[in-house]
Amino acid sequence: MNTMTLPAPAASGGGPLRRLSDLLYTRRGLALGLLLVPPLLWFGVVYLGSLFALLANSFFGLDEFSGVVDRSQLTLANFREMLQPANVDVVLRTVAMAVAVTVACTAIAFPIAFYMARYARGSQKALLYIAVMLPLWSSYLVRLYAWKLLLAKEGAISWVLAELHLSWVLEALLATPGIGGNSLSFSRLGTFIVFVYMWLPFMILPIQAAIERIPGSLLEASSDLGAKGSTTFWKVIFPLAMPGIAAGSIFTFSLTLGDYIIPQVIGDSTLFIGQVVYRQQGVAGNIPFAAAFSLVPIVVIGVYLWIAKKLGAFDAL
Amino acid sequence: MRSDPNKAGWGLKAATWAGVLFLHIPLALIILYAFSAEDKSYVFPPPGLTTQWFAAAWARDDVWAAIGLSFRVALIATGIAMVLGTLAAAGLARTRFFGRDAVSLLLILPIALPGIITGIALRTAYHTMEIPFSFWTIVIGHATFCVVVVYNNAVARLRRTSPSLIEASMDLGADTFQTIRYVILPQLGSALLAGGLLAFALSFDEVIVTTFTAGQQTTLPIWMLQELIRPRQRPVTNVVAVVVIALTFIPILAAYYLTRSDEQPSSR
Repeated sequence: MNTMTLPAPAASGGGPLRRLSDLLYTRRGLALGLLLVPPLLWFGVVYLGSLFALLANSFFGLDEFSGVVDRSQLTLANFREMLQPANVDVVLRTVAMAVAVTVACTAIAFPIAFYMARYARGSQKALLYIAVMLPLWSSYLVRLYAWKLLLAKEGAISWVLAELHLSWVLEALLATPGIGGNSLSFSRLGTFIVFVYMWLPFMILPIQAAIERIPGSLLEASSDLGAKGSTTFWKVIFPLAMPGIAAGSIFTFSLTLGDYIIPQVIGDSTLFIGQVVYRQQGVAGNIPFAAAFSLVPIVVIGVYLWIAKKLGAFDAL
Repeated sequence: MRSDPNKAGWGLKAATWAGVLFLHIPLALIILYAFSAEDKSYVFPPPGLTTQWFAAAWARDDVWAAIGLSFRVALIATGIAMVLGTLAAAGLARTRFFGRDAVSLLLILPIALPGIITGIALRTAYHTMEIPFSFWTIVIGHATFCVVVVYNNAVARLRRTSPSLIEASMDLGADTFQTIRYVILPQLGSALLAGGLLAFALSFDEVIVTTFTAGQQTTLPIWMLQELIRPRQRPVTNVVAVVVIALTFIPILAAYYLTRSDEQPSSR
């Protein structure tokens, strides 16, 4: 296709605009360069520049007396500080939450994605797609606010459980150490529910896309060869859906690691990585430590991406 | 196992619709609470229904100021994102060159990494370069993570557009600019509009990056966040929440209808 004869520039008149136009058409590299320079400049300066500033600051210290960032020397003090038991606890708690949220999202998302991809047709399919996409794009804070209403002591969940004479279940859950609290909206369990709710659409859509790509002939072949429905599911569909699960889990994992607003609004008062970063840069004014601590999610996600890549997650993106 | 493999079992159907309900009951509840007559707690069911809070919210200057700021930020951030995202998509859609994957990864990174990383990185950069917080510090952050939305929509459409259209245009004597104006842009138009709408919705709603780049300025999501942490007048917050849902649903649905054909997998 690219070997077609080029239009003769001489025949097309000689205006400077026309010459520029011909130049862009004949020199594809030049056109590509002109297209990519503005976005690359923006991302190179603003984004990579900021990330570099972040990395550099994590090696700076804070002058103890003036509270001003000391840029004269590099130090590993921030990283030593991070190894304090309290900070290690924060990291472990956040990673554990991210894993739990990812597992729960997968369990809830899979049937929805499976049904959307294999059984839903026509308008029902469109409806389901919109039903999943609307919450994904609609306001994060409003949905968080909705959960504050739902989980409040006097809120809808307590009311429904009381109507069903199941209040004792809720009380037993809230009395459980580790996940309980005063009310759902001040418990670790509440934080977990809200995380699962918030990131669920991010898990449904990649799984659906992965199942959608499985050719129908594979399933026919499986049943022609005598496999039962459940065998086909576990031996054919599930393994082929794995890249979708891995892709979705990157979202659920990474979003949970970095969020500081959900645990601040719903939850007991224990801290997550994001909250430590936010407080250190804000109230405490210790930008270097905040910068160092924010490298933790980057490293964890990096390791996670590496594992996901091994599982073939990126084929489904 | 099942008699008809094209029919879903009741368990699967139940799990699907339960999941959909789980996603939507909280949104429905927000609408109900906006009409609640109770103003001190989140009691359910609301003891009575009233529309008085809509008038109360309408009269609040701080709400209007926050909406105004968010609107201006979203408008400019979307504008920048549309230019950069379209250029990047045009450059990357049908080319192969060394470093191509690195460039597309760079565009996706601001939303692939948690928002807090983008936020703290920008905050650190502003602090290091002694740039004071301003309207533009917010806009720069928003534009950065909005680019990928426009880019994704534009790239999907460009890949679906046959390259022979462009060749035909050139063969018929159009120059590069005429081809862009009369062939590429009309093809791309609705995808760009959809990308712009989604970028607008994303910016209008963004809170995590904004808390690091806004200083003392109050965008609508920051106003909302302050109410969430320290509720001052719950009924007004309820009403604002409903308005935000309505305002964001419109661009999302519009974007969906504009790009429906891009979304459908071609394998079926």
